[in-house]
Amino acid sequence: MAKEKKDIISRRSIIKAGVGLGALGLSSKSLLAKEANNKNLPPNVPEWTETLGDGVDVNPYGMPTEFESNVIRRNVEWLTASTESSVNFTPLQDLEGIVTPNGLCFERHHGGTAIINPVDYRLMINGLVDREMIFTLDDLKRFPQVNKFYFLECAANGGMEWKGSQLNGCQYTFGMVHNVQYTGVKLSDLIQETGLKNNAKWVLAEGSDSSGMTRSIPIEKIKDDCIIAWAMNGEALRPEQGYPIRLVVPGWEGNMWVKWLRRIEFGDKPYMTREETSKYTDLLSDGKARMFTWVMDTKSVITSPCPEKPVLQKGIHQIRGLAWSGRGKIKRVDVSLDGGKNWKTAQLHSPVLEKSLTRFTIPFEWNGEEMLLQSRAIDETNYVQPTIKELQNIRGVNSIYHNNSIATWLISKNGKVDNVRLG
Amino acid sequence: MLDLGKYIIFSLLSIFFSISSFSETRKFNIGKIATKQEVAGWDIDIRPDGLGAPKGSGDALSGEEVYAERCASCHGDFGEGIDRWPELVGGSGTLSSHDPVKTTGSYWPYASTIYDYVYRSMPFGEAQSLTYDETYKIVAYLLNMNDIIDEDFILSNENIGKIKMPNRNGFLLPDPRPDVKNLNGNPCMKNCNTPTKIIGKARDIDVTPEDEKS
Repeated sequence: MAKEKKDIISRRSIIKAGVGLGALGLSSKSLLAKEANNKNLPPNVPEWTETLGDGVDVNPYGMPTEFESNVIRRNVEWLTASTESSVNFTPLQDLEGIVTPNGLCFERHHGGTAIINPVDYRLMINGLVDREMIFTLDDLKRFPQVNKFYFLECAANGGMEWKGSQLNGCQYTFGMVHNVQYTGVKLSDLIQETGLKNNAKWVLAEGSDSSGMTRSIPIEKIKDDCIIAWAMNGEALRPEQGYPIRLVVPGWEGNMWVKWLRRIEFGDKPYMTREETSKYTDLLSDGKARMFTWVMDTKSVITSPCPEKPVLQKGIHQIRGLAWSGRGKIKRVDVSLDGGKNWKTAQLHSPVLEKSLTRFTIPFEWNGEEMLLQSRAIDETNYVQPTIKELQNIRGVNSIYHNNSIATWLISKNGKVDNVRLG
Repeated sequence: MLDLGKYIIFSLLSIFFSISSFSETRKFNIGKIATKQEVAGWDIDIRPDGLGAPKGSGDALSGEEVYAERCASCHGDFGEGIDRWPELVGGSGTLSSHDPVKTTGSYWPYASTIYDYVYRSMPFGEAQSLTYDETYKIVAYLLNMNDIIDEDFILSNENIGKIKMPNRNGFLLPDPRPDVKNLNGNPCMKNCNTPTKIIGKARDIDVTPEDEKS
């Protein structure tokens, strides 16, 4: 793959067959039945009953059991030139509910994870404000706080699938999304402290990591619901998620949620940073590119069964999945077992929150025949998740970003599940 | 009328006070005022019109040496890109092809963005180590390699906002989405006319990473 010079967001084509590492591993390994130890099964008394376990001083910070050690973020080595400017993926196929555990939230950064001692942290607000100011972390925590669940999705999630099915996994095709509860201060409250000039129309958010990540955000969004967050799921941000402070831009593409946030500048025009010109612009087939495509459109995925979660036996199973929309709440999710010819409406599980992952389930019976599983989300604006063909007809196949199309999982007669493209 | 007049005056006063309390007084009294020096050290961004560009200059002739020393090990001597590191030069006329090559020359709409990005984050792993002049030189070298300026053109804070990039008009605003057919929340549920033939399998492409065998 060395001859490929592209990075993840300019990856352009389906990789030729025969190159790479073999796609069968995850699912074929999962198919192997794990043998139980009869000594632990009734009527015998299992070994963990007959002995004492660890005391309360063994795990001051608890970690998942060793038996779940396969539930990890994974990366695709050939996507990028270096792991410091790269991405890994959330293992959606192994998660339940709507909360992504902090250690499993996908990482995307452009200069590695910055390590910041919170006593050295400063947030600067400058530009078209009445007072240019600097806040410490303790300062920020003195403001009124909000606690909100939001999904964060990279605009390139599914970007490798524009031309065809390329990666055989739920994790690799949908895993650039996570959903946590953020704690922080609303930017609209911070603005009250600095004041704002009348001609302040745009914000530049800037990270303090080695990439100095910058994005322009319109003032309306800043005043609406953006948050300066210091906590996720009840604890401090993880280093790889921007500790001690990240920007939260609900419903908009993840690249704008600047991590290790050091500066917010108010201006009267957009700044046209590298990330909003040469990247995160959507190239159409005529060579023109859409710019400032911020909102993440309605999307859904079946997280089980999926390529990593084959169907191990005949009979009743539960289809599980996630749906989300950058425009509001999920209203409905339909599921098809026959490639989109017929649909049934799935059950949504509470809480159904705006701009948050929403869990859906629906039972199905597998009798050993082939099935083509699809899910299709509808949000409260009545937007219906499209097929890839609909998107391709409008945008071509070079767009990379904002692929929110319906995916298809093929269940084969042996129970294996594949990422396939229909046409 | 009198009452109405009082009401209007009262309303105007309220508006005045609410505006002034928003813009002239601090509601929480948290944080400190930033000094000009503090702001100057961190405010490194440059806008397309050149706003924020620091004083300095450089041309492509002197930029070649800086580029060779600080950039070429990843991006190649001629901006062609080594291994998977981005190519910076060429790609003209490819944007509507099946294999678009998006470089500073073929795709980037503003020269200011190149300066801003190179200064803030390059060389990779040595961010903000270039001088202003070195940065102008590197940008001039890239612009020259992309046939946008002559090799002796002196790029500076005075003119970086006036460079005309080839793809300046290649971007569309505003975002037209939702751009798919509006089904108004009522998509087909039964016997839908949709193709169900499998035309591709990720398994056959065979590029999915495999967990290491334990």
